[in-house]
Amino acid sequence: MKTRLVPTREPGPATLSTRGFVAYRGYRPPPGMLSWALHRITGLGVLLFLLLHIVDIFLVGYGPEVFDELLFLYRHPVFRIGEIILVGAVYYHAANGVRIILIDFWDKAARYERELLYGVIAVFLAGFIPTAVLMVRAMIR
Amino acid sequence: MSIPRRRAGRERPSGGFELYSWYFFRISGLLLIFLAVTHVVIMHVVNTVDEIDWQFVADRWASPFWRAFDWLMLILALLHGLNGARLSIDDYVRSRSWRVFAYSLLWTTALVFLVIGSIAVLTFNPDAFGVDASATGS
Repeated sequence: MKTRLVPTREPGPATLSTRGFVAYRGYRPPPGMLSWALHRITGLGVLLFLLLHIVDIFLVGYGPEVFDELLFLYRHPVFRIGEIILVGAVYYHAANGVRIILIDFWDKAARYERELLYGVIAVFLAGFIPTAVLMVRAMIR
Repeated sequence: MSIPRRRAGRERPSGGFELYSWYFFRISGLLLIFLAVTHVVIMHVVNTVDEIDWQFVADRWASPFWRAFDWLMLILALLHGLNGARLSIDDYVRSRSWRVFAYSLLWTTALVFLVIGSIAVLTFNPDAFGVDASATGS
């Protein structure tokens, strides 16, 4: 019988020997690996935006001239594309977060690992597609 | 002597700060799903950056509900995010001196942003800018 290692957190790239991407050729990652990497990347990305957002909202306290002058930045097309990616990151992080909590508190969740991942993808797409359509429509209007 | 039932799920920290952090991560995450998704839908889908300006924020913060909502979200999101950054530092920053530096930067960032964020949400007073109060609906 194979022994299964139970890590304290989901396994990340640090547990593998990495010699560039060539080492991964033909390798099919377990369902938890890609979702783990995406969870961390989206989390740190959203945190970075949050810090910027706190700075801009702090400027609201300096009055309409100061704050509204800054808004050309958020209205720039590059930022509006970034805004859609940001919302996608929040949605994915939220959906995958529910999966992590289920695995942590529901004993049988480990049996449905792949199904849970498909569930995350389904919830993400169900939320993100209509949101992205509405945001793109507002952007090109 | 009783043998504790083995949990099928993943291991969790055995106690102390790490266990509190573990629970906080999950509880704040659940609350943030509600808070952040509501925020995203109102501020990025129903309204967009074309409509949102200083006046929009002033109108919104005329309501104590939205101020409380925004402040709770700010605190939870910041602590949840910085806790994630803390675990990332723990994973990737190896040398002792860089760890001291990274954790110092992390806790300084936490303090500064908690303070300026709270000042922004809680002390905002639109009347200080001589904007016509009837226009704000307050």
